[in-house]
Amino acid sequence: MPALPAAVPLSWYLTLSAFLFVLGVAGFLFRRNIITVFMSIELMLNAVNLTFITFSYKLQQVDGHIFSFFVMVVAAAEAAVGLAIILTVFKNRQTLEIDELDSLKN
Amino acid sequence: MDALLFMIFAAIAAVCGINLVIQKHAISSALSLVGVMAALAALYLLLGGEFIAAAQLVVYAGAIMVLFVFVIMLLNAGVERTTRRRPWAQYAGVPLLLVLFGTVALLVQEISPAGDNVIFGEFTKGTPLDVGRALFTTYLLPFEVTSVLILIAILGAIVLARKEID
Amino acid sequence: MNFLLLTVIKAALVAFILLTALAYVQWLERKVLAHIQLRVGPRRVGPHGLLQPLADVVKLITKEDMIPSHVNKVFYLLAPFLAVMFALIPIAVIPFGTDITIGPIHTNMELADLNIGVLFILGITGMGVYGVALSGWASNNKYALLGGLRSSAQMISYELPMAMAIATPLLVLNTLSFRQLVNSQDGFILGFIPRWTIFQGPFPFLIVAFIIFMIAAFAETNRIPFDLPEAENELVAGFHTEYGSMKFAAFFMAEYCNMITVCCVATLLFLGGWHPIFPAEYGSRFIPSLIFVGAAAICFMHAANPSRRLDKFTLPVVGVVALGIAGIFMVPILATALLPIFWFSAKVIVILFVYIWVRGTLPRFRYDQLMRFAWTFLFPIAIINLFLVGLWVALT
Repeated sequence: MPALPAAVPLSWYLTLSAFLFVLGVAGFLFRRNIITVFMSIELMLNAVNLTFITFSYKLQQVDGHIFSFFVMVVAAAEAAVGLAIILTVFKNRQTLEIDELDSLKN
Repeated sequence: MDALLFMIFAAIAAVCGINLVIQKHAISSALSLVGVMAALAALYLLLGGEFIAAAQLVVYAGAIMVLFVFVIMLLNAGVERTTRRRPWAQYAGVPLLLVLFGTVALLVQEISPAGDNVIFGEFTKGTPLDVGRALFTTYLLPFEVTSVLILIAILGAIVLARKEID
Repeated sequence: MNFLLLTVIKAALVAFILLTALAYVQWLERKVLAHIQLRVGPRRVGPHGLLQPLADVVKLITKEDMIPSHVNKVFYLLAPFLAVMFALIPIAVIPFGTDITIGPIHTNMELADLNIGVLFILGITGMGVYGVALSGWASNNKYALLGGLRSSAQMISYELPMAMAIATPLLVLNTLSFRQLVNSQDGFILGFIPRWTIFQGPFPFLIVAFIIFMIAAFAETNRIPFDLPEAENELVAGFHTEYGSMKFAAFFMAEYCNMITVCCVATLLFLGGWHPIFPAEYGSRFIPSLIFVGAAAICFMHAANPSRRLDKFTLPVVGVVALGIAGIFMVPILATALLPIFWFSAKVIVILFVYIWVRGTLPRFRYDQLMRFAWTFLFPIAIINLFLVGLWVALT
């Protein structure tokens, strides 16, 4: 078993971020519960945030932190409105499965 | 020490992320996401982002996810049902995702030069002071616009929550 | 490796003292509450019930640990862990006194001196809601669910005024590290008024911030008058209805631990941390000795005419111990190390006493009153307060 390096290469952080992003995509595509789909989007946003912070470290500038701060704020707004929509949908349709919300089809 | 800490928190983030996707119950997924966010906060600290790590805990894990858990508890919708999928999607989905991950990972390995290491304490511009200064000088206009966005979101949430749709 | 060893020792010490303190805060609460209600409180186990916490712990550990059949097992078992974990973590960044030097070792009186300590505490306490919410949901019981839902809503609502109130002293003192916060509260205005945050800056605003912080803290820790999540006359026992033995004790511990954390934060942010209440020239360093001598005198007085047979022996022993502590505070070398800790603990205990006092005095809010109070009164006041202080800071 190889010994752990003293410091972590930058690419490991980016790879982790890519992994989390792909997981988010997987959740978004595979899951049928609207709340889980929503959470997968949040996971993707988090993965992108990690990339921002990593590049901020690489460039020695604080701008990446500001971007992820804005992502957080937008995510908060999105969660508030999105969950309100989900609540309304559930009130009217008694379901959270996205496959059953197809009244605009046909 | 750096590598060890990275390994631990990256493993937590990865395992929780996988758990988010494979769990059948929404509340398990929500808690997994909280785990991912907490682990990411620790990774931000390793990268020198003190303020953003705290914001991650306060805003993401402490507020947004509580909202999710709250809604899941309120609706109490139970376990997700597996619905019929198109056969090609069933078999091609996971390999395609692996291809996506492989491509991105390969690209990352290609473009990032070797010997570009993350050393804890090398980046000291992530303090609340620096973030605040950047936020209120260079990024003042976006900041104000986001405050308007938040206001609109509050209004939207209230209208949606109150209105009875027939 | 020396650093690691030192940290482990400190962590063990803090954990030991904290867990003992938790048990005795509970004793204090029962005793003070009893005296407010003209009862005597725990009295059978040990002198004045001093060993009651020990008996309680033994009772809770040896009780049958049962899991109701209708619960969601994983989350049912996870919830108390989460509650205790998020209650214990914040203690790590709280400094209890100035630096101390024992022989070659020089160390801070806290586990970690973060320069974002305040933000860290805000983040971790914000996560505490998961323990309560999950326990309510996993219990699969309508009372527990209602308690959990109420608690989530209450904690989210009161976190906002609390954050605003915390931001006020940070604006004035211009730092996020607890150690620097306390250091900038050193000294005295006009030679006798301590430069604590509540006496600094634009005069009434920081006191208003302190009051808002305390009200929000009562709500955050689910205490009377805001203990809606466990209002027993409507919700049985709220979110921990289905919990017994050590799992119940875990929630109990988390509640008291949160109380202690909040009291520590209030002390550090607003009440000058470990700085004495009046200058050393006027003799503030004799206060601890005086208090312990007084305690010893009361012990001896009660031992002279004992109300129980054993008091003749136990009370003099307690008195002698108190005299010994008084003596320790008179030794100059030890006193310099112990005085900060004494002042810090004294302030924390006073705020804890206020907690219990309020519990003995005020009735419970109704749920809609609780929410209306947070959103239409406390939050606007906190924002206006923060705005005015910000204006003052900007102008000076």
